[in-house]
Formats: sequence, structure tokens, C-alpha cells
Amino acid sequence: MHWDWQFTAEILPRLLWATLNTLMAAGLGYAIAAVLGLVFAIAQRTPFRPLTVTVRELVEFLRSTPLVLQIFFVYYVGPEYGVSLSPWVAGMIAIGLHYAAYLSEVYRGGIESVPKGQWEACTAINLTTAQTYRRIILPQALPLSVAGMGNYLISIFKDTPMLSVIGVAELMQAATAIGGQNYRYLEPYTIVGVVFLVISLFSAASIRGFEAWIRRKLGMY
Amino acid sequence: MTYISFLSDYGGRFVDGMLVTALQFLCSLALATVLALVFGLMLLSSNAAVKGAAVVYVEFFRGTSLLVQLFWLFFVLPLFGITLEPFFTGFLAVGLNIGAYGAQLVQGAIKSVPRGQWEAAYALSMSPAKRMRRIIIPQALVIMLPAWGNLVIELLKSTALVALIAVPDLMFEAKQLNSSTYLSTWTFGTALVIYYIFARFLVTPTMRSLEHVMARRMGRS
Amino acid sequence: MEALSSFPLELTGPEVPMVRFMNVRKTYGDFVVLDNLNLDIAPGEMVTVIGPSGSGKTTVLRMLMTLETINGGVIYVDGKPLTHMPKNGVLVPADAKYLRKARSSIGMCFQHFNLFPHMTALENCMEGPVQVLGLSRREAKERAEELLSMVGMIEKKDQHPARLSGGQQQRVAIARALAMRPKVMLFDEVTSALDPEVIGEVTNVIQDLVTKHNLTMLMVTHQMGFARDISDRICFFYGGKIEEQDTPEELFANPKSKRTQQFLSAVKAAD
Repeated sequence: MHWDWQFTAEILPRLLWATLNTLMAAGLGYAIAAVLGLVFAIAQRTPFRPLTVTVRELVEFLRSTPLVLQIFFVYYVGPEYGVSLSPWVAGMIAIGLHYAAYLSEVYRGGIESVPKGQWEACTAINLTTAQTYRRIILPQALPLSVAGMGNYLISIFKDTPMLSVIGVAELMQAATAIGGQNYRYLEPYTIVGVVFLVISLFSAASIRGFEAWIRRKLGMY
Repeated sequence: MTYISFLSDYGGRFVDGMLVTALQFLCSLALATVLALVFGLMLLSSNAAVKGAAVVYVEFFRGTSLLVQLFWLFFVLPLFGITLEPFFTGFLAVGLNIGAYGAQLVQGAIKSVPRGQWEAAYALSMSPAKRMRRIIIPQALVIMLPAWGNLVIELLKSTALVALIAVPDLMFEAKQLNSSTYLSTWTFGTALVIYYIFARFLVTPTMRSLEHVMARRMGRS
Repeated sequence: MEALSSFPLELTGPEVPMVRFMNVRKTYGDFVVLDNLNLDIAPGEMVTVIGPSGSGKTTVLRMLMTLETINGGVIYVDGKPLTHMPKNGVLVPADAKYLRKARSSIGMCFQHFNLFPHMTALENCMEGPVQVLGLSRREAKERAEELLSMVGMIEKKDQHPARLSGGQQQRVAIARALAMRPKVMLFDEVTSALDPEVIGEVTNVIQDLVTKHNLTMLMVTHQMGFARDISDRICFFYGGKIEEQDTPEELFANPKSKRTQQFLSAVKAAD
């Protein structure tokens, strides 16, 4: 088996287009996870015990079951109850929920590492709970969470190939389709691997830079 | 059809799948552990070639997606005349992937053993190998166990992907049952719950008790 | 523990204290921190709490700031209950909304300053007035600058806390608390975390407050000399109780209780 450069040149544009879909899926999934994760994190800190216990267990469940199975579940279960979700919507819900569970732990860690005195100072100047979170706690907790949040952005990106199982037209699905049409898997799958490697290494470096920048910017040396 | 009769009809399939998942889990865990230890130590080597090889391994398997690695092994290796059983390909991919993450844990844990311990072992004229085996690694194990517990859960979840190369594991059986019965909630739901029980009531408690045992052997409990 | 119905809904009469602890009890599990505390602070009075560590003196301040819930008794501020609220003619434990309103007349400075690290000195002082009191940013800025001038920190108003020394941070923290225009100020060991050479800059600010403003103040400190100079009254706490209280002149010159004598001579020996 040899590497066919001409074939590579033919399929490369199509794979690069599909890469855009992959990036979009990662970005959308991450946006959902980032917001929902915060909701999960704060819900677990309310004094209302039934809520904290339920959310805690939900987070454990999402974190300890396979994402690919969750993707299937969301996609196939909808129609049983009369809700048909497109592969994109189902995929984004599944990835968003799965990573919301991870991000909630990152946020929780960040929130817990804000010193207790900060909460007390907020009580002393009489801020409401919502103001305390929004103005004082989260602006300190989020920079502490940047490293963890960045790592999960890369993780989401690397998990997007799982969306191919329900037919989302991302990079992996495009490569499999090309492979099936041409009976050649070497080039498409190798290109996919290279694309992932390059983007992961690049993002990991950017996130490290961003983390340093945000700490400087907020005056937290 | 009630859920009870669903279970009595298809329960056997779930059990079959569970056994394959358990085997995949154990084989890939063994492989990942060995790889993590070997490459983790190599990452600490002062020999540039040895260290470089380990860096390439870690960055490659962390940087590309597990699904890509799995498909590459499954579809591309046969083109070079290497044909592996799907079962073997499955745990090979999972083990190689998780091993890369584990190697970083091992490296980090060994590095965080206090400097004084290295110096004390040196002062006792221990050989480097003996120092590592008798003094450093036992302490590093205690440091890395909590993170290793999370990684084992990741590994369990990762084994679900082998269903996509037709290894008849739990995920595969659920998928098959879904396409023959169209009972998506029950098939995927049951599989999710089984993974959850496996992770939360088998893997996590085992890792916790291991942490306790190790902590006790270190004289702190 | 007596029923809540035996506590008045409101304090009335010619001389209503600014703060009244009435039969207040605080426990952590089985451990009794404060037992049956009764303490009145008159408007404009400066009261200092001294005592060995673990005597419950910091808890007194934290209860008044509502950072700790109490297990018995009632605290009144300016005649109104703080820890409880009237409901159908009796007192019941206050809910979050009532607490928030009730504690608005109290300000506090902490041992470790607790400035908001992501905000400049000025922003720290504007946060409460803008967010809680609803002042416009312009009004809040004026007020904050005035107070920062008063504590001698106006030149550093655009610095983040990480760039300020401990003494400077504590002075900003005092300005931040004053910006809320409290009736009662609490100082919880505000000099304990400071290097000796900067303690003076903080005590001078507090001294200034005592002479120029008619604030009610409650302070916990280990600095006996400072306490003697500025307090109207000193309370010596021991084992969760007020062992002895008197004017500073009297308490330092003629302590009546044996424990007070022991404590004061131990402190003197350490100086």
C-alpha cells in the first residue's frame, strides 16, 4: 500500500470543509456546556437540598456514562415521544450536557478556591447573593477555571468524531464517506488524524497563553 | 410490552454485552497501566532520545481523537498486511489512548514526590533503579491515585467506542436491539444505567478503597 | 432556653441602645462559644473587646454582622431586632430578605482586609454604593474619593489590592465599609495581620473616626495601648462570657477579676 498524493489532493478540500463543521460543532457544544455547566455548579451550591442532590447525581451520571451512548440516546429517544431532532440538534444537546457536567466541576473548583473572606466582605457591604456571584465571586473564579475550561474545549473538539454515528457531516463522517466511495481509507483517515493533531497542539498552546494574559489583565499576579 | 418482559426477552443480550465490555475494560486497563508507567518514566529520562520518543507517543495519542485512532487501526492497518481481530484492535486503541494520558499522570506524580526523598535515598547509596522502585514510586502512587480513578472512568467510557468496529460489547448490543425493536428508551436507557452502575458502584468504590489502602500503608489514614 | 415571646418586638424608652445583645447564645455542636451574652452599646460609644484566643470575642462581631447565626436570644440594632423579625406579634428567626435589610446599618473591617482583588481601590469603595444603595456612578465616585482622601489613600485609588501594602489595603477596607454609611462599625483584629511599622497608619485612621465622627464602634484587638487610648469601655471576655467590663482607665489600673489580672499581666509581659 502506498500513499497516493493525487488522491490526497483531490479529497483535501472536502476534508477541510468538513473541518469547519467539526470546529463549529465543538464551538456550539462548548457554548452550551459553558452556560449549562455554570447552572449545574451554582445549583449545587444552593441551600435547597433536593435540588443539590438531584443535580449532583445528574452530574455523576453524565460523567460516568459514555458520550457516544448519550448521543444515540438523545437522537433516537426523541421520536418515541413525538419529538424528532435533527442529528445536529441531538448531537449538540448530548455534547452540551455531557461537558456541562465536566465544566460544572471546573467551575465548582474555581468557586471553592475563592477565599471565604470574599463572601464575608460581600455580606458586610450587603450585596445580594446574585450580585455576590456576578460581581465578586465569578470574576475571581473564572480566571482560576481557565486552564480547566480550555482543556475541555480541546476534549470536546476531540470528541466531535462521535457525532458521525448519527450522521452529522463533520470531519470523521466525511472521511468515512470518502473511504467507502473510493475503497481507500489510508489517506482520509490519516489526514483526519493530522488535522486533529495540528489543531489540538495549536489550541493547547493558545490556551496557555490566554490563561497568562487573563490573569495579568485582572491584576491577579 | 412491559419493561419486565422486555428485560426477560433481551436481558441475555445485555449480559453478553456486559461481559464483553468488562473484558475490554480489563484488557485496555492492563495495557494502559503498563504503557503509562513505561512512558511516564521515559518522560522523566535525561536521555533526549528516550524522552523524545515518549513525548511523541503522548502528544500523538492525546492530540488525535480516540475514534480516529480506532478507525485508523481497524481500516488502515490491514492495508499493510496486519489484520487484527476487532476485539484486539478495540482494547489496543483504548489502551494506547488512555496510556498517553496516564503517562502524564505518572510523570507529574513522580515529579511531585518531595526533593528530600530523592536526596535521602541518594544518601543511602541506593541505585537509581532501587531508589525509584522502593522509595519514589510507592509515594507517587498515593499522589496519583485520585486522578487515576477519574482516568479509569474515562477508560470505561472509551470502551463503548469499540462497538463502532463491531466488537459485540454492551453499546453494540444496545444498538443492535434498538434497530430490531425500535424501543430506544429501553435499549439505550438500560445500557446507560448499566454503565452508570459499573462506574459508580464498582469502579469508583474500588479506586476509593485502593486509595484508603495506599494511604494506610503510608501511615496516614 | 426561653421562648421567643418573652423578647420585645422593639426596644423603646428614653435611652435605646444602638446595639443590644439579649441573652445571646452561640454553639458549634456541643461546644458553647458564647453563653447568655448581654451587652448594650450606646449610640456613639466605642467598645473594645479583649480576651484570650478562643474566648468568643470575634464571634461577637461576626454575629452582629450576621455572618454567624445565633442559637438563642435576640440581637437588636437601633431598637429593632436584627436576628429576628416580628411576625403575628412575636419574634421569629429572620429570613434572608429581612436580614439583608436589617444589617444595612452595620459595616465591618476584617483581619485579612478581604478587598476584592479584581477591582481597584476606588472600585472596591464604589461597589456597595452603586450595587446596593443604588447611587449613580458619579455620586459613588465622589463619595469613594472623599473617603479615600480621609484615609490617605487617594493617590493609590487606581491600584489593585495586590499592589498595596497591608496597611494600605486595610485603610481602603475601612473606606469601603464607611462608604455604606453604617451606623455601627465593627473592627475585627484589623491590625493583627499587619507588619508592626504600618499598624500606626491604620490605628490613626480609626482614632480619627472616633474623634471626628459620631459612629458606634465595636472592636476586637490585641493592642492594649490602642484600646486604652480610644475606647469608652473595655469588655474582657473569658470562656464565652464577659468576665469584666469597665472604662479603660479603671479596667487597666484596677482589674477586679483574677482572670483579668492574669490576662493583663501576661499581655504586659509579652510586650
